[in-house]
Amino acid sequence: MDVSQYLEIFLDETDENLQNLNTQILTLEQEPENEECIQEIFRAAHTLKGMAGTMGFKRMQNLTHDMENVFSEVRDGTIKVNSDMIDTLFQTLDALETYLKVIRETGDEGTEENQAIMKKLNDILERKGDEAPAGDAGASDKDAGSDASGDAKEDKADASSDGAGWKSIKLDDSQKEVIASAIKEGRKVFGLTIFIQNTCVLKAARAFMAFKCIEDAGGEVAVSSPSSQDIEDEKFDFEFSLIVVGDAELDDLKKDILDISEIEKVEGGPVPLDFVDQKEEASEAEAEEAAAASQEKTQIQPAPETKPQGAAPAGKGAQAPAKQGDGKKPAKSVVNHTVRVDIEKLDVLMNLVSELIIAKNSLVSASNVDGEQNSAVNEQVEYLESVTTSLHESVMKVRMVPIESVVTRFPRMVRDLSKKLGKPMELYMTGEETELDRTVVDEIGDPLMHLLRNSADHGIESAEVRKERGKPETGSIFLDAYQDGNNVVIEVRDDGNGIDVEAVKNKAIERGVVTPEQASLLSEKEAISLLFEPGFSTAKVVSDVSGRGVGLDVVKSKIEALSGEVEVKSRYGEGSTWIIRLPLTLAIIQALMVIVGEEKYAISLGSIVTIEDVQDSDIKLVQNKEVINLRGTVIPILRLRDILETPTPPKEGKNMVVIIVKKGDLQAGLVVDELIGQQEIVIKSLGKLTNKAKMISGATILGDGEVALILDTNALF
Amino acid sequence: MEENVMNEVSVAVTEDSIQYIVIRLGDEQYGIDIKYIDNILRVPGITRVPKVPSYITGVINLRGEVVPVMNLRLKMGLEDTEFTNSTRIIILRTEHQSMTGVIVDEVKEVVTLSSEQVDDVNHETNSEEVRFINGVGKYEGGLISLLNLNSVIGDSAA
Repeated sequence: MDVSQYLEIFLDETDENLQNLNTQILTLEQEPENEECIQEIFRAAHTLKGMAGTMGFKRMQNLTHDMENVFSEVRDGTIKVNSDMIDTLFQTLDALETYLKVIRETGDEGTEENQAIMKKLNDILERKGDEAPAGDAGASDKDAGSDASGDAKEDKADASSDGAGWKSIKLDDSQKEVIASAIKEGRKVFGLTIFIQNTCVLKAARAFMAFKCIEDAGGEVAVSSPSSQDIEDEKFDFEFSLIVVGDAELDDLKKDILDISEIEKVEGGPVPLDFVDQKEEASEAEAEEAAAASQEKTQIQPAPETKPQGAAPAGKGAQAPAKQGDGKKPAKSVVNHTVRVDIEKLDVLMNLVSELIIAKNSLVSASNVDGEQNSAVNEQVEYLESVTTSLHESVMKVRMVPIESVVTRFPRMVRDLSKKLGKPMELYMTGEETELDRTVVDEIGDPLMHLLRNSADHGIESAEVRKERGKPETGSIFLDAYQDGNNVVIEVRDDGNGIDVEAVKNKAIERGVVTPEQASLLSEKEAISLLFEPGFSTAKVVSDVSGRGVGLDVVKSKIEALSGEVEVKSRYGEGSTWIIRLPLTLAIIQALMVIVGEEKYAISLGSIVTIEDVQDSDIKLVQNKEVINLRGTVIPILRLRDILETPTPPKEGKNMVVIIVKKGDLQAGLVVDELIGQQEIVIKSLGKLTNKAKMISGATILGDGEVALILDTNALF
Repeated sequence: MEENVMNEVSVAVTEDSIQYIVIRLGDEQYGIDIKYIDNILRVPGITRVPKVPSYITGVINLRGEVVPVMNLRLKMGLEDTEFTNSTRIIILRTEHQSMTGVIVDEVKEVVTLSSEQVDDVNHETNSEEVRFINGVGKYEGGLISLLNLNSVIGDSAA
């Protein structure tokens, strides 16, 4: 059978399930009696096994099967959760992830059997006799388990009592015509209702196989309920009904379909000619029923005897609320209607929006050139402006994903680190739901991992030291994410050792990064920033966790490549906080356009604090550097004309326009010649040739087709 | 504004022959393999980029993309001159690089050179110019230095 079209879905969903298992098992480690958690684990493991089996990945299925057995015993209370078991379970998850990786790369699961892990899992099962007999909790667990299976049986009973569901298919006029003419032509027309086992995971795949089976037998699906599109999207319960026109024999077909695995049963019968006409009455009856009050139900009930076709809708109508009652339905409605879209398609869409904004900007400048203001044109241009802005926002929103997808693996990582380093520690995360552009989320994982490893390795002290310092023995690492204006801030904080500024300075001297004289002049902040220098590592022993000296400078360059910034705050003995600040969007920003000499530059509005008019006489010299005193704060002045090596001579005049920009806590004033105004700009890469120009983060195309450079104010000071 | 040089001359292309666009820099003729050429433009407005090597003139807007432009004269160690009416920008697209524009004094013609018409260059002479040359083509009595685009464009990225 061909399941390759489901491979993508399988990979994605298995990934999610594994992540979920990781999280749940972590919880279980903390709260071994958490029943909800055990149920959830069992469910995820079961789903995993089912999917692996369906896709034909036998080894993966075997491994998950053994894992599921363990969970099953845990659920029944016959095995108690212990740390050995958790370790084995994590190993199992790692092995499953490896399978998944191999499948993703090669389309096949590979040949690794993971015998050792399977043996460990089976050992756990065998040991269950030695464990204390299940307590009350176990017993109630069992009850819950049998309850669940009872539910399942009821469900099945419901389904079968529904009878031949195909009789209740609603037909539209054209379908009626097709069926009627087929019957008149003497072709075989019959209805089929196919029930899929309610444990089936890839329902759509099964349905697809049933369709294929019918086609192979020379049949043609004339009508399906729900529609074939809905079936493909898995928008159906565990049954679907078809009306088939063709040459196939009903009994053969039923047998063939039953041969497909996970098909519960097939019901069917020939469609009589009057079915088409009867349907109208049936739908009328339904309409009546809907219109009538519920007490009339009893009157409709006897109807089946006289009007057999009408029975099905009536029965169904009565059943729907009952089904909702058993609590299964609400769970399903939680699932959002989503479409998986290739990220490349979104990129194309984003590029088109960018083009549109450039075109809009051209239109704006063209409509202003004429001098003569045409109010109708202006109105339309403004309307266009608001539409393009909304369009941009919508597309950005589509590209936003919660950072959850990268951070969920961290608790597990910290747990492993804690074991490996022999230091007790906990990770607390908040704001996992904070959203960022997909491309940023994909890139942010590694830097965050580096910082967390850094905190775990260098930050958190050993339990003994912590005790001496009067801290709780278990170290805490926090990962907090939140939105702050047009930025997203991610903080990695620990209550560990903090940064030893003297150690950093000594190391820097040793490494030749600074001379001893320079070091003595460094402020604490400047010294800490030495950590981000390439090839710097203060760990005295190089461990395989961190301390290869590649960590922090890589973190910094990666974050900066995303137009973000990193900052450290630390207090020796109390802990450190690493603050990552990232822009919400990468492609289109609001910018202030300025003129320096005869050239136009764009400065991101996000980094601008204020714009000031400054007199020449307000500028003072401190240590030979120009500064201004702005409402009590001394701010260094940077003349863009000098920094940008502007070729045209400076203008005469006593007043200067100074743009105050910020970088973290630092501020600086940029002197420009003229302000143009605020504009939405599309960021374009400058290309390889010019990437040496660090202070230029990109370029943009203005309304008149001219290229303006975007200043990276962070690189200026 | 764009010139379609390629259609002006139709030449028979055989398997071991390569088509080159012949350009002029000062008094010398150079050939650029036609497969790398995306476009030939008159000089549009160029935006200067600060703090880059002097041979990089700046960036231009090419159909909504920002493309860096280098002055081939400066890159080859020749003197800079004013742009004239025949100055052109050739937009190159090499395998590993994105688009790059080079400013040349003049675009002359398209020639087809078979492998017999191309001589190797003696690379022992370590002059600046030879680094950028792949070979020398003989065509109708004249000599055409065939540019090694990877070293012309690639070097500057390092």
